[in-house]
Amino acid sequence: MGMFSNRRRSSDDGSFRVVTGAFAALVLLAVAGIGFELSRQSMLSIRRFGMSFWTGTTWDPVSGVFGALPFIWGTLYSSILALLIATPIALGIAIFISELSPRFLRQPLSYLTELLAAIPSIVYGLWGIFVLVPIVRKLELSAPDAIRKLALFKGPPLGVGMGTAALILAVMVIPFTSSVAREILKNVPTAQREAAYALGATRWEAIKVAIGYGKSGIIGSIMLGFGRALGETMAVTMVIGNNPQVTASLFAPQYTMAAVIANEFTEAADDLYLNALVEIGLVLFIITIAINALSRLLIWSMEKRSSRPMAIVPLLEEQPAQ
Amino acid sequence: MTTALSTTPGGLTTGRSTMTTTPTTARLGKITVRHFDFYYGEAKVLHGIDLDIPERQVTALIGPSGCGKSTFVRSINRMNDIIPEARGEGVIEIDGKNIYAGGTDVVELRRRVGMVFQKSNPFPKSIYDNVAYGLKIGGTRNKRALNDAVEKSLQRAALWEEVKDRLQESALALSGGQQQRLCIARALAVDPEILLMDEPASALDPIATTKIEELIWELKENYTIVIVTHNMQQAARVSDLTAFFMLGKVIEFGDTKKIFMNPREKMTEDYVTGRFG
Amino acid sequence: MSYATRRRIISRVAEALCALAVLLALLPLGMILFYVIKEGGSALNLAFFTQMPKPVGEPGGGMANAIVGTLILIGLAALFAVPIGCMCGIHLSEYPATRFSYTVRFAADVLNGVPSIVVGIFAYGLVVLPVKRFSAIAGGVALGILMLPIVVRTTEELLRLVPPGLREGALALGATRSRSVFSVILPAALPGILTGILVALARVAGETAPLLFTAFNNRYWSTNIAQPIASLTVQVFTYAISPYDDWHRQAWAGAFLLVMIILALSISARVAVRRLERMNRV
Repeated sequence: MGMFSNRRRSSDDGSFRVVTGAFAALVLLAVAGIGFELSRQSMLSIRRFGMSFWTGTTWDPVSGVFGALPFIWGTLYSSILALLIATPIALGIAIFISELSPRFLRQPLSYLTELLAAIPSIVYGLWGIFVLVPIVRKLELSAPDAIRKLALFKGPPLGVGMGTAALILAVMVIPFTSSVAREILKNVPTAQREAAYALGATRWEAIKVAIGYGKSGIIGSIMLGFGRALGETMAVTMVIGNNPQVTASLFAPQYTMAAVIANEFTEAADDLYLNALVEIGLVLFIITIAINALSRLLIWSMEKRSSRPMAIVPLLEEQPAQ
Repeated sequence: MTTALSTTPGGLTTGRSTMTTTPTTARLGKITVRHFDFYYGEAKVLHGIDLDIPERQVTALIGPSGCGKSTFVRSINRMNDIIPEARGEGVIEIDGKNIYAGGTDVVELRRRVGMVFQKSNPFPKSIYDNVAYGLKIGGTRNKRALNDAVEKSLQRAALWEEVKDRLQESALALSGGQQQRLCIARALAVDPEILLMDEPASALDPIATTKIEELIWELKENYTIVIVTHNMQQAARVSDLTAFFMLGKVIEFGDTKKIFMNPREKMTEDYVTGRFG
Repeated sequence: MSYATRRRIISRVAEALCALAVLLALLPLGMILFYVIKEGGSALNLAFFTQMPKPVGEPGGGMANAIVGTLILIGLAALFAVPIGCMCGIHLSEYPATRFSYTVRFAADVLNGVPSIVVGIFAYGLVVLPVKRFSAIAGGVALGILMLPIVVRTTEELLRLVPPGLREGALALGATRSRSVFSVILPAALPGILTGILVALARVAGETAPLLFTAFNNRYWSTNIAQPIASLTVQVFTYAISPYDDWHRQAWAGAFLLVMIILALSISARVAVRRLERMNRV
């Protein structure tokens, strides 16, 4: 009888496993489906333009010429600028909360900084248009001529442009990097810091040891932020000026991959135009998948050293009660 | 000899020797502890510790777990400072200077008082960089000086022969015993006067433990060593002096031989003969 | 200046810079919330909730259709994502260490990082293109896919918070795996799963990009899920980039409402998590 009930249990277990597993497989299917669908929808453009799609600078739907270089440039440039601004701030926040802050401030500060991730992109955009752009325009107008002559600051002082977009992106990316980096630091064994202190390290030197210990995870957290910045759409399109050009100027209106899809998708009258836009989406998908996969692997490699799994949703993370 | 005795609610008899515990074979006191109390928040974990730890000797701290021996050893280099709400009161003098006086530079203090922990904690860096770390943060840039110090420290820690051909390899690739000796080498590299060891062999196998114990014997030529151990045989083997801690107090302090063979206090005798703890 | 002094100063400066970083991040947060409350709060009135958008030039009007539209959209999204996400989360928590589970977890994390506009294109190809019509369903599918990874991972994590004793108790009584999950573990984890859903809803309620070419927009009242539908976010976008002051005010009001909805959802999720954790600690 014992044997019998055991067998019943295991067969029931088997079907339970298969059924729930089938639902889980849908998640895999979703990722694969996105890749498949986007490839299918962009065939026309891939066949027609090949590599010239990625090197061409002319985007002319009327005559059917599509070169996406300005969008790629705008996306990479804005994201890298955002990263340069956001990374030191995000790491500073992570360090402050996990290493320096008084205990009673930790949780409120974590929560507040992560609130930045909860604010919708459209609200960032709205704030960008009506608050940030006028401020930036004022700054641009007050910039001395000597500075305005530099390649980095050429162009009319519109307020909208690359610099404003990078600023907004930086703010949006900060909570993602800081919350993961904070978790990584929290999981660095105290013994590492103690070893440094025992050798006569200052507080900052001990923190550097902790950062060194969590290096790969922290790089992962930075890449996670980068992935976010690459795909950010609404706030960017509202403040970047939407003008496809390849220039280093922070004052110049530019364009990004996500923004051009958002603005032109419903206007794309013919198949080639639509395929060209989907191809941009496909590349955005591939880049973000690669970056996210890599950053996850790096973060997981850190997680393996510690027992606690890390949440992917910043708002759900809790400091363990001491 | 008068001994103040008191009875705790638990029924255990505790007491503190009122003798200021100068060992019979009096030597120059390197570390002098007077009326030292320690608190974690509200909880008082060390009660009026008085000890005179002599130079270039091995002093063992023994006692049941939770007796405060680890807290005490971590007070000597003010390692407990990094724990929020922990504070020490009283006097711990090193060469006659109170390290708990205001204005003490703890960074400088910890260079003079090295520490080896219960669990080896090498940095995830190369063997070389581990040993050189303390010197590098201290501002030594000279490559030659660093090389010399790394070699000398590894030799003193009896690790040189095993690692001299792979100094650039990760320290994490070493065995547990080797990692612990690396941590000793790392502590020695900054040329401390005092070496604190918090159960340095408790996580090691017997062979690795023997190596560490031999090393401790050699190191006392040059260093004042304070070692915390829960292993009484180890204390008997490696130390010149032994302090018995219980419930945050020093019950008895004296020559190791005497503590183990002919202790003055009943509690010490019970502990070293394994009757409790 | 001695080297030791320099080190001490460097440490102090670095620590101060970290504190400054926190202030630098709280500054835009404070500014955004301030403007949303100031501009949006003052533009908000009863008409905003009950009236339809007025044509350009006519003052007043509201976003009744967009509010309902957003509710319908996130309802549809939950309809698609919750069953799949919960079952998936159950699988991951019941079989945490299989290769399949690791792959799914990884895929969920990767999916969580896919730009929402890309998911919009996918939903367009999947739902809009075959019938050649924008629809609330298409928008719901896009939002559902965006919800999915969050529901999956939070369900998994919160199921793991269920004390192992409960499960063992059920199994010891001879319950099958499915019985123990559905009659013991799931009810115990229900607050947790609801939390996961709330967090996911909070995220997708604020999405704009994937709706632009799925749910599209609709100037009129519509609850037909086979037709284009308005949403708060798209409406705010349309108004924000328009040249009319009156529409700008409406956009701020919409943003205010959005932020309030999202804050309410995420705060209640947080409270639920805390309660759950406290329950487990006892």
